[in-house]
Amino acid sequence: MAKITASVYSSHVPAIGAAIDLGKTAEPYWVPLFKGYELSKQWMREHQPDVIFLVYNDHATAFSLEMIPTFAIGTAAEFTPADEGWGPRPVPKVIGHPELAAHIAQSVIQDDFDLTIVNKMDVDHGLTVPLNLMCGSPDAWPCRVIPFAVNVVQYPVPSGRRCFMLGQAIRRAIESYDEPLRVQIWGTGGMSHQLQGPRAGLINRAWDNAFLDRLIADPEGLSKTPHVEYVREAGSEGIELVMWLIARGAMADVAGGPRPRVVHRFYHVPASNTAVGHLILENS
Amino acid sequence: MPLDKPYLDLPGTTIFDAEQSRKGYHLNQFCMSLMKADNRARFKADERAYLDEWPMTEEQKQAVLARDLNWCIRLGGNIYFLAKIGATDGKSFQQMAGSMTGMTEAEYRDMMIKGGRSIEGNRHIGEDGDAQAHRQPQGAAGKNASA
Repeated sequence: MAKITASVYSSHVPAIGAAIDLGKTAEPYWVPLFKGYELSKQWMREHQPDVIFLVYNDHATAFSLEMIPTFAIGTAAEFTPADEGWGPRPVPKVIGHPELAAHIAQSVIQDDFDLTIVNKMDVDHGLTVPLNLMCGSPDAWPCRVIPFAVNVVQYPVPSGRRCFMLGQAIRRAIESYDEPLRVQIWGTGGMSHQLQGPRAGLINRAWDNAFLDRLIADPEGLSKTPHVEYVREAGSEGIELVMWLIARGAMADVAGGPRPRVVHRFYHVPASNTAVGHLILENS
Repeated sequence: MPLDKPYLDLPGTTIFDAEQSRKGYHLNQFCMSLMKADNRARFKADERAYLDEWPMTEEQKQAVLARDLNWCIRLGGNIYFLAKIGATDGKSFQQMAGSMTGMTEAEYRDMMIKGGRSIEGNRHIGEDGDAQAHRQPQGAAGKNASA
């Protein structure tokens, strides 16, 4: 049977992608950030999954205001990196896993979560930047990826509670798949940031670190945090952090298993407008 | 019964909810069109003519021409859509975000390097943080513009 081996959490700031694409990673501004992911890349090489179930949000790229799915699962064979207005990022195509994705869609919908099934979709920096941070810049991504897009652009976004429960349903779906695949689930976005208005540039280090503490130790309690606390304390775009609860909900301890091992924890300010947070949790 | 909107007391922040989205539909869809290179070229060649192809309000068109992102947001724009205008202009997200504060690019960048804007005084309207209405515009760029 397929197994969830680990969960990974990371910000997905577009400027990180630009720094990689323009060869600026050795500049003093960026050095501390990329240093924080060195251990992660090493860990990734040693714990190569077969599939990454990658939870991210689309930033007005594949989804305009014509259609706004709350939860969208990518079931295509491949996904092309999008032109977000600066030209497409020079990164490899993302190869999907249509069989597992279709299995998850069927299982999760029968488990009361109404997913939108997407058979054609370009993927933006929300998905490709975390892949770069964890895998570097290879000619081909090292494994298959199932994109899972969450609406966090138009309010109301799904609640933390709903995301946490969805993660549990995704775990049940993955672990009922017959093939013995090693699957990682990633939650991306955040941490504190605000990109608009006179309050742009907001960073809340104390709140972010309390979020990381509770994500590790008390995800159930953390999932009850109301939306307005995210936007008040972590900025209007800090609401992306609800996506981390999907990945956390899929970990074994939530279903009564052993607590995960904290492989790595990293926090850095700033990347452009944003506080960068990163965690790796391993199921034992 | 009106919907509960507990986020209306955030200083310097517009939450892009269903009501804002409805107001800004054509503005945001115009922005979306700039993801195609051909459309970017046509927009750059004659901004006014390109905007006139869209059923936006005159005020929305003026806000785009002025590149006043706070104004665009008041009229229903969302930053992830408006970012396509910035991309067309060759601007980074940091330049766009900074432009909404009244700070110069250098002032905003320095604020971020020093750890970003503090949350203190910026949680609720009526406190005394730097994002509150009575403390706008911030920084030298805004002061020069309003002088």
